[in-house]
Amino acid sequence: MYRKHMLAISMAMLAAVGVAQAEETVKLGMVAELSGPGAPAGINWRDGIKIAAEEINAEGGILGKKVEVGEYDTQTDPQVSRAMVQKAIDDGAFAILGTIYSGSTMVNMLVAQQNSIPQFVGSEAPSIVEKGNPFVYRTSSGAQKGVPALTKYFTDTLKAKKVGVAWLNNEFGKGGHDVFVEEMKKAGIEVIVDVASEQAQTDYASDVAKLKDANPEAVFVYMNQEESARFLIEAKKQGLAMPLVGEVTLTEAKVIELAGAAAEGAIAHVGVTATATEVPGIAAFSTKFEETFKRKPTHDAIKGYVGAWTTKYVTEMVGEFDGEAFSAKMQGLCLKAADYPKILLDTCWDDRGEMSRPSFMVQVKDGAPTVIGTIAAD
Amino acid sequence: MSQFSQVVLSGLATGSIYALVAIGFTLVWQAAQTVNFAQGEFVMLPAFFVLAGMSLFGLSFGTALLFGLAVSVVVLGLLFKKLVAEPILPHGGITLIIATMALGILLKESVKEFYSAEAQPFPSIFPNDPIDVFGAVLSMQDILNLAFSLAVVVALTLFLNRTRTGRCMQATAQNPAVAEILGVNVKRMILYTFLINAALAALASFLITPVYLAKFSNGETLGLIAFIAAIVGGFNQIRGALAGGLLIGVLDNLTAAYVTAEYRAALPLVLLIVIILVRPQGLLGTKEGRAV
Repeated sequence: MYRKHMLAISMAMLAAVGVAQAEETVKLGMVAELSGPGAPAGINWRDGIKIAAEEINAEGGILGKKVEVGEYDTQTDPQVSRAMVQKAIDDGAFAILGTIYSGSTMVNMLVAQQNSIPQFVGSEAPSIVEKGNPFVYRTSSGAQKGVPALTKYFTDTLKAKKVGVAWLNNEFGKGGHDVFVEEMKKAGIEVIVDVASEQAQTDYASDVAKLKDANPEAVFVYMNQEESARFLIEAKKQGLAMPLVGEVTLTEAKVIELAGAAAEGAIAHVGVTATATEVPGIAAFSTKFEETFKRKPTHDAIKGYVGAWTTKYVTEMVGEFDGEAFSAKMQGLCLKAADYPKILLDTCWDDRGEMSRPSFMVQVKDGAPTVIGTIAAD
Repeated sequence: MSQFSQVVLSGLATGSIYALVAIGFTLVWQAAQTVNFAQGEFVMLPAFFVLAGMSLFGLSFGTALLFGLAVSVVVLGLLFKKLVAEPILPHGGITLIIATMALGILLKESVKEFYSAEAQPFPSIFPNDPIDVFGAVLSMQDILNLAFSLAVVVALTLFLNRTRTGRCMQATAQNPAVAEILGVNVKRMILYTFLINAALAALASFLITPVYLAKFSNGETLGLIAFIAAIVGGFNQIRGALAGGLLIGVLDNLTAAYVTAEYRAALPLVLLIVIILVRPQGLLGTKEGRAV
């Protein structure tokens, strides 16, 4: 009898400790591409969130509760990503941070929506915010906002009349390609060569040969990181001489590391860049990231960081862990960097979850992306 | 014209690297009557040995290449034969084929574990600046990759045909029992075959990785294409593997440039089906009879 009592008391104490611990923490589900072709983006996204979680906990957590980040690997597979979002929700996540690949986000955001769970994504395909999902929010502008920012560069700086497009045939690439082609049409620039490639493609010889043969005045390159690097290497091999201009990924640190000298001269419009060190928040984040992970942060790391901090800011504005109230607060929300420094730049979200903030034009010079211009938020 | 020249040249350069891997398939087939389905991973791994040599031991790129070649020959040649092929082969070729599949997964996942899933940069042996050839601007790296691969194939053919050891290896491949009666050290000849296969895989790795980037999953595509190249060309002939590799490399690029980029990955498989239906022994292969 004594043993039974002791066992019951022990079990009750363990349960009480568990409940107490659960009450002291809030879970965030970090669902990202930690393996597969999307790993370079996913790993940076995760590490940016790690830095944010550490800082948030140092500042007392969210509404007094410590942040606990659960990691869920999508393996860059949309169906796995859907299962991982469900798993994160089953594990008690208050918010989902991820995914980055648009093809995955298109599939998994429905799961978060059905459970009224806020979801910050790194995806940039226009279709994501066109579904009327009030629980999905971008951490960088979508292609339909980012790509048009390049139009002026093609018309005013390059003064191009005939351009080419090299793009990756996935949800992300198709979104950017369609917006770019439409923008060029509006600007009166002719797209004379249009080359699609496949995800995880390794050989770009025929793609580059086609572009070279058409001889456009500039080429818009819209691919994920590894594909961008392979494209740049082949472009260098074949002596593709015209300016190569991209949106975000083309001048990423990982792309420069992989492509080496072949990345020299590449130009891109980026929503955020770790090289914009004139912005104090970005400089501080970059320094901390480099000290922690011994490498330079990419824009995905900054996006993950901003997503985690926005979760804290908005939850504390709402005053409770309530997905519905969070969603209502996000509609048309603007956060100023002066009041919310970890947001890094003045940022607004519209009623579809699309975001706008100032952005940058960068060019790879001496092996590093260098800011060559700033574009105001639209 | 310039586009066509470059597309064909790039196809030949990549195809010649496929051929090196495909020759490995044919050598192991001839020596052990089995198929090494870890061959793709055998090409993926040596690049990581080189990177390890540079990062762990501070070797220069040139020295690291020699280090990578030596480690590959020991690990993928000697150890593969002693620890995998030799103990399993007496239990049948099918058992060994399944073992090589398992080995391929093990190698792939181990590299992912140690080096992460992210691709790594890998320096090029040859300069990657373009050169002007009769008005066509072509890739110097492609030209040198092609020349180097073909030189390796010629050297291997000369070794097998013109040296005593090479002829002993061929005799072993044709009929090990008779070769042994004639005084050939059959075990040693089989070992040489495995070592040569490992060296070919390493050389292919050094040539292809600057383009593919060093990544744990590289072997998946390479292994499949080289296997198909070996069948298309003729699984029991080195010249067949060479022809198969070059053919697939060129057709792949021509398809992507002039027909469709979307279905280029399907081309080798279509070619495989056609060859199996029309000429099962491959383009340059010879018919083999088996008593059952």
